[in-house]
Amino acid sequence: MSESVSQSPAATTAAPSNEPAIELRGLRKVFRDQVAVDNLTLSVDYGEVFGFLGPNGAGKTTSIKMLMGLVYPTSGQARLLGRKLGDRVARRQIGYLPELFRFHEWLTGSEFLDLHGRLYGMSSAERRKRIPDVLALVDLTAYAHKKIGTYSKGMQQRIGLAQALINSPRLVFLDEPTSALDPLGRRDVRAILARLRGEGVTVFLNSHLLGEVELSSDRVAIIDHGRVAATGRVDDLLSRDLRVEFRLSSLPVDLLPELGKLVQVEQVVEGQRTVVMARVAGEAAIAAAVDLLARHRVSVYGVTPERRSLEDVFVDVVAPSREAGR
Amino acid sequence: MNVAIIARLTVREAFRRKVILGVVLLSLAFIALYALGFHLFRDNYLSLEARRSARTGAGPAPSYAVSASAMVLLGLYTVNFLTGIMTIFAAVGTVAGEIEAGTLDAIVPKPISRWQIITGKYLGFALMLSAYIALMVCGVALTAHLVGHYGPPHLVHGTLLVILVSMILLSLTMLGSTLFSTMTNGIIVFMLYGVAVTGGLVEQLGTALNSDTMVKIGVGSSILLPSDSMWRLASYVVQPSLAISFIGPNPLGTTVPPSDRAVHYSIVYCLMLVIGSVLVFQRRDL
Repeated sequence: MSESVSQSPAATTAAPSNEPAIELRGLRKVFRDQVAVDNLTLSVDYGEVFGFLGPNGAGKTTSIKMLMGLVYPTSGQARLLGRKLGDRVARRQIGYLPELFRFHEWLTGSEFLDLHGRLYGMSSAERRKRIPDVLALVDLTAYAHKKIGTYSKGMQQRIGLAQALINSPRLVFLDEPTSALDPLGRRDVRAILARLRGEGVTVFLNSHLLGEVELSSDRVAIIDHGRVAATGRVDDLLSRDLRVEFRLSSLPVDLLPELGKLVQVEQVVEGQRTVVMARVAGEAAIAAAVDLLARHRVSVYGVTPERRSLEDVFVDVVAPSREAGR
Repeated sequence: MNVAIIARLTVREAFRRKVILGVVLLSLAFIALYALGFHLFRDNYLSLEARRSARTGAGPAPSYAVSASAMVLLGLYTVNFLTGIMTIFAAVGTVAGEIEAGTLDAIVPKPISRWQIITGKYLGFALMLSAYIALMVCGVALTAHLVGHYGPPHLVHGTLLVILVSMILLSLTMLGSTLFSTMTNGIIVFMLYGVAVTGGLVEQLGTALNSDTMVKIGVGSSILLPSDSMWRLASYVVQPSLAISFIGPNPLGTTVPPSDRAVHYSIVYCLMLVIGSVLVFQRRDL
């Protein structure tokens, strides 16, 4: 996909410092007797790429639909760009790619973008300039005058992405933006996300592809049963509750209790080198443990943290409740 | 502005899906058939009349206007019936279908109010249907004039009433489309349309047989759905009084026209149903 596109106005719009771009407080949705979203509370700062994760049926799409005005909350509050839900001024600055990207198939790609540009209140001059830009961004310039009905699934998802960006939004909601894309298409979407982040656009990303989210997001929230089960910076979540292997010259017996205060020692294997397997709460604990060992003149030959992925974190967070539910 | 965008989209969809092309071709076929029928009718009538004059030596009978009026009534009834069916088919899935397909998911989050979506769709259909009815009535009237050498009275008034019939059905179909799935809506609206037509027939029979109960059944059905009563008023205004008294109560027309209050009721009925559609859609989770 081309990178030669005009810069989003979001890049030049100063973000309010005192309010988050997205703020949800106790958002709840009940369909008859089924609680889809329960007391969802979170905030996303301006310019963040925020990953919104959860297992099937966790309430992710319902949450996004509430924010997009497609579904009405049963209770709770939400503000987007500092304005209450449904505010027309805010909506002008928001883009949205629905999960089930079904569009008017009888329109051509160009006509489709023109329609959505009109709905955003863009002038004809703005639309004339912006439509070729976003078509280039999603690599559909050659298909601008073909009917959407003739597009492949991946192309339909890409025209949907173009539609979400036609208004140069300050805030974009992408619900499974790569579900129909091949690896190349997914890489292109990652490039678009990086570009949006560079322009200061806030992105709310819902995806099942945890690798994508891990690569693209600054912060994530994992929701389960309609509630936030874990949230934080991606790096923090990945380094939380780490397993680390220390390779040492030796480990004096009297040092073990002191080390145990910093890390949770699980196993000590004596040999040519003493190997200590431990669980740590974060990277800071690793540094403190190495300091302690160095002070006691223990040579540290290696510290190998077990590389965790967002998927591991996700499973750790979600699996217990799934097990309990069985 | 947003209303105009949605109205334009609705009209554009009808053109793009070749609905308009299909309707125009079939309508031209209907007008051609109707013109042929009118021509044959006039030929037969004139030859019968010539034979009658030769046999009796009497001058031309004044009943040509009555028969030609019946031909016009038949043409207008066909237009009214076809437009009714077309209205229901065109609008039956306009909201429900888009919800089912998910196409509204990209539209509703835009800076547009939900009432603008409903109003835009309504206006788009109303414009197309009104233009279609006006053209078809012109087609019937021109055929009557050129082929049958006959001009029906109060054609504009009658056309407006046929448009009102279409608007009644459109309002009902739109409301149903915000409440039910496309299939359920189609079934319900067609059943109500059938009830209205049957109710109108029962009322005509009641008038012919002097049955108060049958007339009341007809009135009841026209309160439920006033499309048939507005058609009967349209049929009444486009016929000369001689034709009305000569033909009497019949399946296509009436000798007792619905009052102005019935017209007012129909207009308020449309407005209430459109407001109802907006209110239902406004509250609905998509």
